[in-house]
Amino acid sequence: MRRVVRLWRRSLQTRVVTSTLVLSALAIGLTGWALLRDVGSSLADGRRAAAVAEARAGFELAQDRLDSAVATETAPQSVVLAQMIDSLTGDRGTGRTYELVLQGPLSGGDDEVPVRSSSVASTGAVPAEIGRSVRAGTGLFWQYAKAPIGEDAHETPVVVVGRQLRAPGSGDTYAMYYLYSMREQQETLALMRNALLLGGLAMVMMVGGVAWLVSRQVLDPVRMARRVAERFAAGNLDQRMPVDGEDDIARLSTSFNQMASSLQRQINRLENLSRLQQRFVSDVSHELRTPLTTVRMAGEVLFEARDRFDPQTARSAELLQGELDRFEALLSDLLDLSRFDAGAAKLELADVDLADVARDCIDDAVLSRAGIAVSLRGTDEPVFVRADPRRIDRILRNLLANVAKYSQSPRVEVTVARTPTAVSLSVRDFGVGLQGDENLRIFDRFWRGDPARSQGGTGLGLSIAREDAALHGGTLQAWGRPGLGAEVILTLPREIGVPVEPALTSELAR
Amino acid sequence: MSYRRSKRDRVLVVDDDGSLAEMLGIVLSSEGLTTEVCRSGDRVMEAFASFKPDLVLLDLMLPGVDGMTVCRRIRERSAVPIIMLTAKADTPDVVAGLEAGADDYVTKPFKNTELVARIRARLRRSDAVGDPIEFGDIVLDPAAHTVTRGGQPLELTPLEFDLLACLISDPSQVFTREVLLERVWGYHHPGDTKLVNVHMTRLRSKIEDEADNPQIIRTVRGVGYQAIDPASGKNTDPPPRAR
Repeated sequence: MRRVVRLWRRSLQTRVVTSTLVLSALAIGLTGWALLRDVGSSLADGRRAAAVAEARAGFELAQDRLDSAVATETAPQSVVLAQMIDSLTGDRGTGRTYELVLQGPLSGGDDEVPVRSSSVASTGAVPAEIGRSVRAGTGLFWQYAKAPIGEDAHETPVVVVGRQLRAPGSGDTYAMYYLYSMREQQETLALMRNALLLGGLAMVMMVGGVAWLVSRQVLDPVRMARRVAERFAAGNLDQRMPVDGEDDIARLSTSFNQMASSLQRQINRLENLSRLQQRFVSDVSHELRTPLTTVRMAGEVLFEARDRFDPQTARSAELLQGELDRFEALLSDLLDLSRFDAGAAKLELADVDLADVARDCIDDAVLSRAGIAVSLRGTDEPVFVRADPRRIDRILRNLLANVAKYSQSPRVEVTVARTPTAVSLSVRDFGVGLQGDENLRIFDRFWRGDPARSQGGTGLGLSIAREDAALHGGTLQAWGRPGLGAEVILTLPREIGVPVEPALTSELAR
Repeated sequence: MSYRRSKRDRVLVVDDDGSLAEMLGIVLSSEGLTTEVCRSGDRVMEAFASFKPDLVLLDLMLPGVDGMTVCRRIRERSAVPIIMLTAKADTPDVVAGLEAGADDYVTKPFKNTELVARIRARLRRSDAVGDPIEFGDIVLDPAAHTVTRGGQPLELTPLEFDLLACLISDPSQVFTREVLLERVWGYHHPGDTKLVNVHMTRLRSKIEDEADNPQIIRTVRGVGYQAIDPASGKNTDPPPRAR
């Protein structure tokens, strides 16, 4: 059942063919039904008209005989009538198409009416309804009915025509009925119905076949377009649709191919730009690093020798040294960011134990310098994830550096947790917290919360941390409340490429 | 041939950048090393032949012949320790340099102390005059700094020698890459395992019959490396020769 539903939902062709079959079957069925009804009723009408005419003549003859018998002979009426029936049923020989039934005399009770009839027709053959009409009135009555007549007394549709006969002598009344068989008409109708049924069935099948062929004709190019588009989307940019003729499909193919070419050009252009950018970054990196190395070495030599300088020169050497560190950090952060922007950042995956990573921050120099105590939660069991250890390390260091620089928190809590699909690491401080949209803005490049609280740094740490997380397909989110502290949660998927739900939620989340 | 402590170690600095080369000279001299500067890749081999350095400090980006080629040429002729200076910390460049024969690398910009520590680590020799270690058909002589396999001498660089010595000193132990970094390279550089991987590959290519099917040092997946004890059954017979 599910498969059928699925087929119905997925295959346009199935839908087209099925609905064509159902609708054409309905149309053909209706037409056939109307046709049969029409033909049936006109056949019956014809038969009835002929029957009534013939019966009328028969009744005239019978009444005449009755009249003349009374006038000429003294034989009992019953004999006359029996003779009459015999002659009426006998004179057509084997070609006779009717049966006769004579009831009467009708003076007795309804049930005790004596009956004479032609050989096979029995008393029950006359429906009660017409019987009552004939007894009550003097006209000619007819009715369709079913009666056991013929050689085998088979239930056969008949038209019954009846009239009252009056014996002039005794004044007795008789009811006389003609039963005309409609078997022939019924057989004609059955033949026709069978022919219609077979023809209709064949027609429906043919229409279905035509629908299948036509829908294929239309759908085949559509399916091909789908396959080509899928391959194109999968990165096979050379995929094109064959253009054949000038019909709508060909025009669709042409448009598709134009779109593909245009996309391919754009993508190639962007790829070139990206390559140029990477190349530029790499060149800048080298060109800047060499002089920076020299400056740095010279600065260190001066710094080491600062005891021998006068105070102003010595302080200058210290400042030079400190700012060189910052310059170097800034350069390396900028290069990292431009690598992210150029899409050139690559993951070097290994099995990383987040609990182990978290334990390392006990020894974090930045925290201990700022006098911040660290407490760990959830690090008793290893929490493994497939990730780039260097980047995970950097994320945590950036988060801790941020706490040390801006939070004014006396302690920090590092929590590790896992779900079947994701792992999370949270860094929670109990300092000044965040207000307004700061929980979003802290990830902006060069954004610093409170310039007065700023203590150097590049202002790029959290941006890089977020890029690092995103490179893993993970997330880095921050929460905070003024005076209550802030929490940043890193969430990574256990398998890269699977969307993640964090394994931790912040109690600061509103 | 033990280490002569009396002699000042000689470092050949190969760098195209004049200021940096001079600055390197100043810093290394102040650390008690004798330096010579070579400014062009084309003249490195001459300088190498005449100066006979104990260590080469090589900038990978050189005009003329590039750093990789210089590295390979020096390595063809000598087992002298080579430390690369590289501005590209990206893995492929570093790995290419290590594969060209460099023992270690320093990324620009660096701290003077870091550079000196790396140079010292490469210059350090074990003066322990221990007894030769026999390991299967391998004989490692710490005093003479020679290794033979089945009587045939193996040409190992000092670093490869140290690596092998470290591993066979205790076949019961699996050495992680971090431990090897600390013991052989003499410093701890977290996560930098490519140094170990590249040199292990080269060491195997010199001592193993088939590098793809190591019989002397096995890789313990996810952990590190371990020498396969020749006494422990599996490898008592020499491995079947391919040819």
